[in-house]
Amino acid sequence: MLGKTAGGILWMFRYLERSENLARLVETGQRIALTRPDAATSEWTSVLQTSATRAGYDARHEAVDAEAVIDWLLRAPDNPSSVLSCVESARTNARLVRTALTREVWEAVNDGWMSARDALSRRVSVRDMPRVLGTIRSSSGYVRGALHGTMLRDDAYDFARLGTFLERADATARLLDVKYYVLLPSASGPGSRLDNAQWEVILRGVSGEGAFRQVHGRRGGAAEIAAFLMLDGRMPRSLAFCADKIESNLRYLEECYSARGPSQIMAADLRKRLAKTTIAGVFETGLHEFLQDFLTANVALAAQIERDYRFVE
Amino acid sequence: MDGPFDEMTDTPGAEGARAPYRAFADWFRTEDPARLRAKAREADDQFRLTGITFNVYGEKDAAERLIPFDIVPRILSAREWSRLSKGIEQRVRALNAFLHDIHHRQEIVRAGRVPVDMVARNDAFLPEMIGVTPPGGIYTHIVGTDLVRTGPDQFYVLEDNARTPSGVSYMLENRETMLSMFPELFARNRVQRVSNYPRSLRRSLEASAPPACDGEPVVAVLTPGIHNSAYYEHSFLADQMGVELVEGSDLRVVDGRVAMRTTRGYTPIDVLYRRVDDAFLDPLNFRPDSMLGVPGIFDVYRAGGITIANAPGTGVADDKAIYSYMPEIVEFYTGERPLLENVPTWRCSEPDALAHVLDNLADLVVKEVHGSGGYGMLVGPAASKKEIAAFREKLTARPDNYIAQPTLALSTCPIFTKKGLSPRHVDLRPFVLVSPEGIEITPGGLTRVALKKGSLVVNSSQGGGTKDTWVLEE
Repeated sequence: MLGKTAGGILWMFRYLERSENLARLVETGQRIALTRPDAATSEWTSVLQTSATRAGYDARHEAVDAEAVIDWLLRAPDNPSSVLSCVESARTNARLVRTALTREVWEAVNDGWMSARDALSRRVSVRDMPRVLGTIRSSSGYVRGALHGTMLRDDAYDFARLGTFLERADATARLLDVKYYVLLPSASGPGSRLDNAQWEVILRGVSGEGAFRQVHGRRGGAAEIAAFLMLDGRMPRSLAFCADKIESNLRYLEECYSARGPSQIMAADLRKRLAKTTIAGVFETGLHEFLQDFLTANVALAAQIERDYRFVE
Repeated sequence: MDGPFDEMTDTPGAEGARAPYRAFADWFRTEDPARLRAKAREADDQFRLTGITFNVYGEKDAAERLIPFDIVPRILSAREWSRLSKGIEQRVRALNAFLHDIHHRQEIVRAGRVPVDMVARNDAFLPEMIGVTPPGGIYTHIVGTDLVRTGPDQFYVLEDNARTPSGVSYMLENRETMLSMFPELFARNRVQRVSNYPRSLRRSLEASAPPACDGEPVVAVLTPGIHNSAYYEHSFLADQMGVELVEGSDLRVVDGRVAMRTTRGYTPIDVLYRRVDDAFLDPLNFRPDSMLGVPGIFDVYRAGGITIANAPGTGVADDKAIYSYMPEIVEFYTGERPLLENVPTWRCSEPDALAHVLDNLADLVVKEVHGSGGYGMLVGPAASKKEIAAFREKLTARPDNYIAQPTLALSTCPIFTKKGLSPRHVDLRPFVLVSPEGIEITPGGLTRVALKKGSLVVNSSQGGGTKDTWVLEE
């Protein structure tokens, strides 16, 4: 497989994952705005931070205003990380690597792009929001389904999965980091109303509220949520789950190419480090520091994969 | 006969169908037009989903457009096709012989059949190719011969397209679309298959592998990239052949071979089906500012390290001035009378011809020698006085840049419109594969149709559409 193709597949799936995560973020932001209007502005600010597009937004807007933020996140063409930009980038990458995809995967991406383009052709009204965001999320799922159902389990598949989990790990870590203060045990007594609402935002941001209830019933507090999203290997958007998947997909590549490189070693280190981590230990070294370390390691790993598999000259 | 020849009814609007169209006509009469309209929309949706689009340069918003597809097939009988394919084969053999000759001893020039300037001063002629014999002796591996028809037995070759003919993906996708929309039509008509094309293309490229190839030949398709107007076709063909689609930035010369950067390092390529123009192929040997090619690829080529299909410099055989010599070229190399006719052509570089053309501009079609895509041409009968006057100036300023031809009464084939069937002018581009093993022509080809009533311009960039083309079994 061409190095360029490997890179194109990885980025195609990174962008799809990013569009889906963004849609989820906007959804939670909107929910807070509707249920707790007093917290709306600070919530939209943290959504901007989580999406890593705050600087770009601030450069173009006077203030944080719900309608402007939503438009910025969903469809601004000058925001390279808006949902529409991400879906477009995913499709452009798919066109680039068309020969490595099955017809079903290509058609799923292309169809997703066409419906996103139509749904986001004008400002999205509050009334239409649930439908539009639902469309975005389900089209990402549709592509994933086509990938699972039709793609050969070879290097192309591994690069697709790597893109998904590198992006997802990054998104979950950033979501937690922006809200890290509400997860600190010392922030306020468990069970206070403010924290409950904030915890819900975090869980909804990763579609994890139901799963969390199943695992912890109604008793879980800040520490349990932090542990669930960082260390629980059953939770498909947790850091531990992503690190595990990244390691195993790199191992498949190692078998496929009969060659082990620096990225395999780095991924194994990252996975082992998470496996040995306890939530008490995290709070001791500092949640923010821990997440920052993780984000740095994840970025370095992505760069190493790019080098090891010759995405560019 | 009134008006042009209609391939379905003989005369446009007449009742009763010619033999190849009879089964189709019977079917069409019993169909509900509303259902057909719905089907036509379905076809558009399918093309959009497949992404079978072309890019239009300079149109930002409509960056990717669909070529309109018409659901009425263009139908040829086995007998008609057999005559055509023999003629095409003869012509393509002559083209390759001509290309070999002008890069070696230039016998045809010595024999006084083609003037030396036609070759030496031809923009597409590459002096770097002199003395170079490509692997297997094949210069033009992939040819798209443009044909037009004026009567039951009158076919003319309009252009030879010996450099990088495009459109074959439409031939294949149009057939797939017809098969899925109207399976019952294929039960009533025995239509010769086109779906073998990608396999034949791969086999024919592999058969042209260079001396440096040891083992199974590695084939790749070279594209200028995602913004090229034919990018879809490039990726489609690579996909269908099961080979890599590469860009210049994926390639470099390693140990005397052209190699592609894979996830595991550099792998040599044996045969490169390139869809990049000569000038951009090698910045070291041709245009130094080209970002699309591979520095040094031409040196590897000359040393037998890679096959480039089509060979550099093949364009010399398909410009419109050389075209006018094709009857002589066919006779010179095959010793036979040409089976397919050439459109009579005035070379404006010749003073007598120029005078005739200037006197008759209103009746002629005037084309640029190196033009394509239907741009830069004058269709005399359809042009206003002002347009003709403007063109006269261009022509007088640079006569050797133009040729002129009579306006042919191109045949029509009906398209499906809101008001039912309506005749439109069509042309036909069959696709030819040439390898040391022989010449293979896929039965049918791409039918392009001028969707505007009365228009003779079938180019997709100017409002043309396409049809599925059927060649019936005996």
